[in-house]
Amino acid sequence: MLDDFFIRALLAGIGIAIVTGPLGCFVVWRRLSYFGDTLAHSALLGVTLAYSFELNIALSVFIISSLVALILIQLQKKTNLPGDALLGLLAHSSLAVGLVVIGFLTFIRFDIMGLLFGDILAVTVNDLIIIWIGGALILLVLKLIWKPLFASTVNYELAEAEGLNPDRAKAIFTVLMAAIIAISIKMVGLLLITGMLIIPAAMARNISDSPQKMVIFSIIGGLLSVIIGLFSSLEFNTSSGPSIIAASLFLFILSLLKIKQTVQLKN
Amino acid sequence: MNSNKDILVKLNNAGFRQREKWLVEGVSLEVKKGKIVTLIGPNGSGKSTTAKIALGIYKNIEGSVEKYTDKVGYVPQKISIDWTLPLRVNDFMVLTENIKDDAINEALSLTGVIHLKNKNLGSLSGGEFQRVLLARAISKKPELLVLDEPVQGVDYTGEIALYELIKKISDTLNCGILLISHDLHTVMSATDHVVCLNGHVCCSGSPSDVARNNEYKTLFGEQASQILSIYEHNHDHEHSHEGDIKKN
Repeated sequence: MLDDFFIRALLAGIGIAIVTGPLGCFVVWRRLSYFGDTLAHSALLGVTLAYSFELNIALSVFIISSLVALILIQLQKKTNLPGDALLGLLAHSSLAVGLVVIGFLTFIRFDIMGLLFGDILAVTVNDLIIIWIGGALILLVLKLIWKPLFASTVNYELAEAEGLNPDRAKAIFTVLMAAIIAISIKMVGLLLITGMLIIPAAMARNISDSPQKMVIFSIIGGLLSVIIGLFSSLEFNTSSGPSIIAASLFLFILSLLKIKQTVQLKN
Repeated sequence: MNSNKDILVKLNNAGFRQREKWLVEGVSLEVKKGKIVTLIGPNGSGKSTTAKIALGIYKNIEGSVEKYTDKVGYVPQKISIDWTLPLRVNDFMVLTENIKDDAINEALSLTGVIHLKNKNLGSLSGGEFQRVLLARAISKKPELLVLDEPVQGVDYTGEIALYELIKKISDTLNCGILLISHDLHTVMSATDHVVCLNGHVCCSGSPSDVARNNEYKTLFGEQASQILSIYEHNHDHEHSHEGDIKKN
């Protein structure tokens, strides 16, 4: 069964959607969408290094993205530049450096489109193992830091005062972000990973009144996006990433109808 | 006298500086089990900063803090909840600790907002939200309660009831309370120890000691001093919302 590329892609997508659901909620709550973009852009550099030194792509992307996150935190402490300027600086410079390095690696044929937008044909059994084991680890760690992370998302000082160590939770969450980008890059592509994190969560926000519900709806939204997206990708021969994101946009638009209804009910 | 093992938190000559400016300095105080310590002082005198030092929110402080409990309940002065979060009162109650439903209901009933349990936090009024904040802090049955202007925005009769509740909590839970308030009248009747701040400790002691202190008088005026001394004698009066005294 795993011989079939489509089944592999479907299993990979399902594994990713289960993890991006809850992580995406935090990205929306903590306003980290541009931060996610920055990590994703730096992933290109990770991929080129993986090719240069024959490393595993997910591992290499994970290391580079974590490194960029670390540099960002240092720059935030040491400079007076606003956060979004630093994010832009890192996002575009790491993307540029990645592309320049690709230019030097003339002996390797890169599928740039696949890197940027995802390629369902590229998912191997090895990738599946990384996605499912990596994904399970991410969810486990997220469950462990849920309380301090959520409490400090609501109010940092309350969490700190009542002994929850929010700084540690934030640092661990940053690592989890790098990890999800690393395992989903082949599937969704580095330009669209943040969309996979944000859009299902945004859709879920429209139809939820509690954090738990939002997480569950976000996972369901992600799963539906993957399934609808991959089938249409197969049908219309489009890249997998854009097809999945377009499907999630469709779900988001549907969720807007629900908001309209509730507003009308309130009036 | 209380022995030292009753001390919950102790500040030794503590201070905090932000961007080369001292927010507060040289504060020494201790909060013991079952006692209410009240910080008073004008705006910008470092009351909230002192509370945050005691709570360990500020890290790079001068002097030292000794904290002997992890069971802390905190009602911050300012709290901004981001409405990108779908959060009901019920979710907010278990924010920092998983609390049994009975305890949640009890705390919400005590502060008079049990009917709001399933409401979205964003839909509450300022006073209602303040009651929820207080309920959350006491529902954990903390050993140390830090209350920074806990009744702001609450209507007048509610204010008195909440201060009575705070006094009752300190008795029943035997917890220490560090209280910050602008309202000299209501607070003083229940306070064991007053610390008067103005960037540093102006004076401290029992409410009557502080009322007689000259520095206190210059800071708050002669009238405020009379308010405090009234509490020493009897309670034959009421207070209006503005804080002046109406004799019965």
